[in-house]
Amino acid sequence: MPEQPPIERPQSDRTQSDRAQSDRAMIEIRNVTRSYGSFKALDDASLTIREGEFFSLLGPSGCGKTTLLRMIAGFDNPTSGSIAVGGQPMEGIPANRRPTNMVFQSYAIFPHLNVEQNVAYGLKRLKLQGGEEKRRVEEALAQVSLTGLGKRLATELSGGQRQRVALARALVMRPKVLLLDEPLSALDKKLREQMQVELRRLQQAVGITFVLVTHDQYEALAMSDRIAVMFGGRIAQVASPKEIYQRPVNRQVADFLGGMNFVKAEIVEENGASLIVDTLGFGRVKTDKPKAFVRNGGAATLGIRPERLRVLWDNATAKFEVAGKVVERHYFGEITHLIVEIPGLEKPLSVTETNDFGADDIPVGTPIRLAYDPEALVAMGD
Amino acid sequence: MTAAVEGSPPLRMTRARRNALLQSEPVQGFALISPTFLYALLLLVLPILVVIAHSFWTQHYLTIDRTFTLENYRVALTEPIYRDLLWRSLYISLTVSLLTVILAYPIAYFISFHGGRHKSLWLFLITIPFWTSYLLRVMSWKVILGYNGVLNSGLMGLGIIDEPSTALLYNSSAVIITLTHAWAAFAILPIFVSLEKVDRTLVEAATDLGDGPLHSFLRVTLPLSAPGVISAALIVMIPTVGDYVTPKLVGGKDGVMIANAIQAQFGKAANWPLGAALSVTTMLIVTLMAGATVLIIRALQRLAR
Repeated sequence: MPEQPPIERPQSDRTQSDRAQSDRAMIEIRNVTRSYGSFKALDDASLTIREGEFFSLLGPSGCGKTTLLRMIAGFDNPTSGSIAVGGQPMEGIPANRRPTNMVFQSYAIFPHLNVEQNVAYGLKRLKLQGGEEKRRVEEALAQVSLTGLGKRLATELSGGQRQRVALARALVMRPKVLLLDEPLSALDKKLREQMQVELRRLQQAVGITFVLVTHDQYEALAMSDRIAVMFGGRIAQVASPKEIYQRPVNRQVADFLGGMNFVKAEIVEENGASLIVDTLGFGRVKTDKPKAFVRNGGAATLGIRPERLRVLWDNATAKFEVAGKVVERHYFGEITHLIVEIPGLEKPLSVTETNDFGADDIPVGTPIRLAYDPEALVAMGD
Repeated sequence: MTAAVEGSPPLRMTRARRNALLQSEPVQGFALISPTFLYALLLLVLPILVVIAHSFWTQHYLTIDRTFTLENYRVALTEPIYRDLLWRSLYISLTVSLLTVILAYPIAYFISFHGGRHKSLWLFLITIPFWTSYLLRVMSWKVILGYNGVLNSGLMGLGIIDEPSTALLYNSSAVIITLTHAWAAFAILPIFVSLEKVDRTLVEAATDLGDGPLHSFLRVTLPLSAPGVISAALIVMIPTVGDYVTPKLVGGKDGVMIANAIQAQFGKAANWPLGAALSVTTMLIVTLMAGATVLIIRALQRLAR
């Protein structure tokens, strides 16, 4: 039997998106603060969004993401700081004269107009010559697969169709930046997932900079080139989806983007790019030092995602493994969630395992060994 | 004993059936509206039927001849005096409703869009004039518009006019001014309610698509508040056609309206059938006018797209 060459494991590449992008800045947000009395909805936020980028502002409700979006659109003004779009400072420029268009959360379809009239709304003012307006409306409707529905009234449309109308109405203006305020939150799960793919495809086709506001981490991970995670009016981390997911800067970010097991560690050695730490469960680990790492005494926190822990069956061994006991099991269809107690760790680890090897049949109380890749253990701030 | 036992099942049946009947939606609905419905039937529909019946009869001094005739309608529609009065009433009520809507809209808009937390306070303030009787408010316009009135003395004091103007009181303009003031609040409320229902993100969407404040108002806010404008116009127009107190007090000879003529027929002139025919004619014309107003505003709304 001829020996098959082993499949080469792809090199982890955390910073680059699949798509080549221009490095030119489209939106520059400099030290923007928005206060309402003593409450700061946005606190000294700085951010650069590149041309042609699909950028997401991700965070829980009240984190300031919508405030920031509305300030880019011109519906709100910074208390201090500046915003520039396409190299042009936006201060004093009202929303109707900004090179941005918005897809509203409620879609804001004009109820007294039909689909065509809704899409043509912004074009009317441009007074286009010789059927140009009609051509552009048709084109925009085709882009969002609504051809033939032009004469429908807004009240006769489904949620997904209304969303497409809102999208076409904004795209037909050919803005420099398209702003999307939780555009998918009103759709059911299936339609939402379909629209995620379509939105991403549409953005790549038209090449316009998209800025999406969302509280759904999967939506942000699936669609974006880069994500800014926000908490309490501050930007916690700006990076590619992979980097955000795999190397969250702190526990808050890690927690917001899916499950994370936190492990207490003691710093043994700190040098330029790496940390060597001692943990109770995982022993001595060498890990990349986060860029913004601030040493807080001798303690550090490591994190490992539940899916980066793998159950070792029968006599299988791995270079790096921990042993423990299953204390809980939760079945989720394609995966099973195991809670595994490890001697020495103050909190049991959660492990997600696909159900192809029978993880859904492991009885509670079974001793178990877990394999891990030390690279998956990441250091983070608190 | 046995009889009672035998008798109880059918009794329970009827009670169950009665309960089912009482719980059915049409019955409950009818039960809810019945007091108002009966009241309206007794005091509105029956009198109107009596009036309609009278309009086809003839008055002979003290008795009424109950043979069917259209003579009253011929008089009502062809006699120049009644035709003029009818036209004047329609002109006054149309002008009043137009002016009222134009004056009420900005107030309603201000309260709805800029009232902030004080919306209910503003609405409350608008009702203040209604704390006094309507008669008093009409009388106070007499004081303002009269020969030695506030307006005349003011204008004379400023040296704009040399002697008091008589053009202010006892004509149809005085009626229009008084009625417009009296009905303003009734127009503000429906417009306010329809403006409250305009989704503010729609205005933002219009702005986002390039409209300045004026355009977004004309293309979104105004068309969407049309239902309020229609009801405001109708609420003012319908009762003002038949207004009788205001022309009597401030209208003078030139401000007499159709309702004054109707009152005269039922009163001094003692010709009930003619009064009835005038009333029915007025009612029909008001209905037509109201319908036309709705259609015109709807057409304008379509035109604005």
